[in-house]
Amino acid sequence: MEMLTIKSWKERLESEKAYDLISELFEKIEKSKLNAYITLNKEDALKKAEDFDRGKLKGRLAGIPIGVKDCITTKNLRTTCASKILYNYIPPFDAHVVERIKEEGAIIVGKTNMDEFAMGTTTETSYFGVVRNPYDLNRVAGGSSGGSGAVVGREAVLALGSDTGGSIRCPASFCGVFGLKPTYGFVSRYGLIPYANSLEQIGPMASCVEDLIALFEVIAGKDNRDSTNAGKEFKFERKDRKLRIGIVKEMTADDKVMDKFYEVVEQVKSKHHVGEVEMPSFKYALAAYYIIAMSEASSNLARYDGVRYGYALDKLDSWNRYFSKVRAEGFGKEVKRRIMLGSYALSAGYYGKYYLKALKVRTLVKNDFARAFNEFDLLISPTMPALPFKIGELADPLTMYKMDVNTVPINLAGLPALSIPIGFVKGLPVGMQVIGNYFDENTILNFALEVEQLLN
Amino acid sequence: MESDVVIGLEVHVQLNKLNTKLFCPCPISYHQSEPNTHVCPVCLGMPGAMPVINKEAVKAAIKVALALNAEVQSFTVFDRKNYFYPDLPKGFQISQYDRPLAWGGYVTIETESGEKKIQLKRIHMEEDPGKLSYKGSITTAKYSLIDYNRSGVPLLEIVTEPVMNSPKEARLFLNKLRIILEYLDVFDGNLEGAMRIDANVSLKGGGRVEIKNISSFKGVEKALTYEITRQRNLLRRGRKVVRETRHFDEVNNITVSLRSKEEEQDYRYFPEPDLVPIYTEELINEVKNTIPEMPEEKRERLIKQYKIGDNFAKVLVLDINMANYFEEVAKLVSPKLAASWVVDVLRGELNYRDWDFKIAYEKFKPEEFAELLNHLQHEKITEKGVVEVIRTKLDEGGKVDEIIKNKGLFAIVKDEIEKICKEVIEENPKAVEDYKNGKKQALNFLVGQVMKKTRGKAKPAETAKIIQKLLQ
Repeated sequence: MEMLTIKSWKERLESEKAYDLISELFEKIEKSKLNAYITLNKEDALKKAEDFDRGKLKGRLAGIPIGVKDCITTKNLRTTCASKILYNYIPPFDAHVVERIKEEGAIIVGKTNMDEFAMGTTTETSYFGVVRNPYDLNRVAGGSSGGSGAVVGREAVLALGSDTGGSIRCPASFCGVFGLKPTYGFVSRYGLIPYANSLEQIGPMASCVEDLIALFEVIAGKDNRDSTNAGKEFKFERKDRKLRIGIVKEMTADDKVMDKFYEVVEQVKSKHHVGEVEMPSFKYALAAYYIIAMSEASSNLARYDGVRYGYALDKLDSWNRYFSKVRAEGFGKEVKRRIMLGSYALSAGYYGKYYLKALKVRTLVKNDFARAFNEFDLLISPTMPALPFKIGELADPLTMYKMDVNTVPINLAGLPALSIPIGFVKGLPVGMQVIGNYFDENTILNFALEVEQLLN
Repeated sequence: MESDVVIGLEVHVQLNKLNTKLFCPCPISYHQSEPNTHVCPVCLGMPGAMPVINKEAVKAAIKVALALNAEVQSFTVFDRKNYFYPDLPKGFQISQYDRPLAWGGYVTIETESGEKKIQLKRIHMEEDPGKLSYKGSITTAKYSLIDYNRSGVPLLEIVTEPVMNSPKEARLFLNKLRIILEYLDVFDGNLEGAMRIDANVSLKGGGRVEIKNISSFKGVEKALTYEITRQRNLLRRGRKVVRETRHFDEVNNITVSLRSKEEEQDYRYFPEPDLVPIYTEELINEVKNTIPEMPEEKRERLIKQYKIGDNFAKVLVLDINMANYFEEVAKLVSPKLAASWVVDVLRGELNYRDWDFKIAYEKFKPEEFAELLNHLQHEKITEKGVVEVIRTKLDEGGKVDEIIKNKGLFAIVKDEIEKICKEVIEENPKAVEDYKNGKKQALNFLVGQVMKKTRGKAKPAETAKIIQKLLQ
């Protein structure tokens, strides 16, 4: 199936009305079996399409339909984080990235499905049901940005996701699209409902590199409302040069995926130098990642107490009983598990043993990457250790956590990484992860353009 | 006598002279506003909103730390203090834990047995939670109401070492702290909730008891006094004082148990990931030169510059407005006269009316006060007259000279008394004769005649002297 791109969409806009195209898109979504959207923005989107037709919608993304992950706040448009506890929450403000895409004329199609509070690798923890893989409806689309991965090129041209430990790259890989987790601090997190603040970034997802660049250029940049924002803008520059590329030995996958990965590596070798690099700290990375993420989550999710917004109870009993009941009924199983583990890791007597130790591992991971980038311009690996799972296949939480093994070290270090679709095994997509140095998205995207051409 | 008592305080100070909250641009003035009008996604803890540090608040905090002789750290970190309460919209309070703004410092107080340095442990920044209020009273209300206007107001927590030995010392410390904060112009102690205190107290052989959230200095003294008696009685009867947290009931002046040590909350502190560490060097340099003269320095300077007694200087510096008022008056009249009249009389008259020197500036300008004292210096008015003018001016207003004129308070000048004395001598040859013959009572008669003619404005002793001189 031909995927939607900015270019193809614009070509159609030359001869057809945006209103008709957007209407047609909604018809398709309403018939879709993917379950990729939680809330549709139909009325507003059609109004925007009319604006476009009247020449009133301008900007770099004018008229382009986009899906926005449901943990990114949208003013007056329901934002649930795929949780019952926010099932009726309508934010009073737009996230920075939403302001940016609106300013550039993008049309928000709806809020995409995800794992509850982004806690998952398969979008199976969503209160609103699982997202199905576009290549096999019995399989997952990945997570946590599963909805965004599934809609890109199909039920929207572009999508925004967020990536705490692989949540953009995993669904990109499983859905055969491009997904970039930017350098920490490149994109403002203002309006991203936090799961683990120190790890996550909002990032673009697209069906081709050109579109990915276009969306990234729009969302990256300065925002004073996020104190961790670096204040840097992004402008892509095409550079053609021989790169030193390192395969990370610790980041592997099953044989089917590895065969495909090396098949592409062989092609890459024709132009670039390819070597191998060892990262000894990575054996602790997954544990450290989950301790930090769950610790931060346990605190971030404390605000959902049924007092100011979201799921509430009619009867107010004592305060302790009230908020406990709201949270018991409002949160799903996986979210509760992570809150409990995170609270435990932060509690007196265990803080040093878990949280502080995890921070030390984080430093080791950064040091390993720093060493690797002395030797290489880019590092590569398979994005996911396996092909898209069958729905329900990862019943055991620990098995699911382990599927993040290739993606989490990047978040611990705050580096940028992109998942590139490199082909299919048994009809299921495979992704290659390309990791760059801090704020060196330009090199990653140049390489991605080459791989894209190579495989076409 | 109470040397077996050990007291330490944790003082929460609102930096309530700032314009905006600690992490968002909402105005901090909440006392006069409708509930929940000074709020935004940040101070309401809406999902996705992020805190941004208010630099002015950090500067004010550094100013306080420097003035309290504390060591401001080269970098400082915000942490999350996690607990559930409806006034806490995020489910955690952004505070500081192991990297506070400053360590150490001290405040000097004057006790009956001399000066005492109250050592400080640490000073850190945090955000105020919202405020719960109740229709009627807390015990009868059917529900709680929450006002988030206060949520995010910048607070300083100043923690002392356990070095105070009596409730009175605790009160003296708090008074002095308040004076210093007001000198720095970061704090208005008159606003409700501006300073809230947790007091820790233990007796030799007993556990430490924390009394939470006392909202007045008097309350601190009362709570501590009650608590010491309670603990002393327990120990005397051979019972244990258990480590616990208690609440001060301001209505009945007693403390009530809240929770024991085992029930203490675990706040699960960890660094706030949405804020970056603050490097203070530049801010310290910016703030250093804005610290005004502190009470101790001012006291020394007043003594030196105006040659006034320490008994006056000591009192003058208790209120920066009073000290400023004095200095303005002292520039225009004899400083000694100014000191005694400002400290002994004007201060008393203001106190009596429950006013302070801020009001004195409105009701009785220093230039006018100097004008009045000038009349006294030139004996144009008696001391009694001055007091009357002060009272009239404060209560009714008006111009100094007009009040004196209307009330007939102008004293008769010496020349005039002499003239009247001469008249009286001429008019009473018999009494003069008697006096010359050694009759002392005759002098009293002559003085009485002068008093009559001046309608009591002449001073009797002075008049007697003049008559004696004239009859020599």
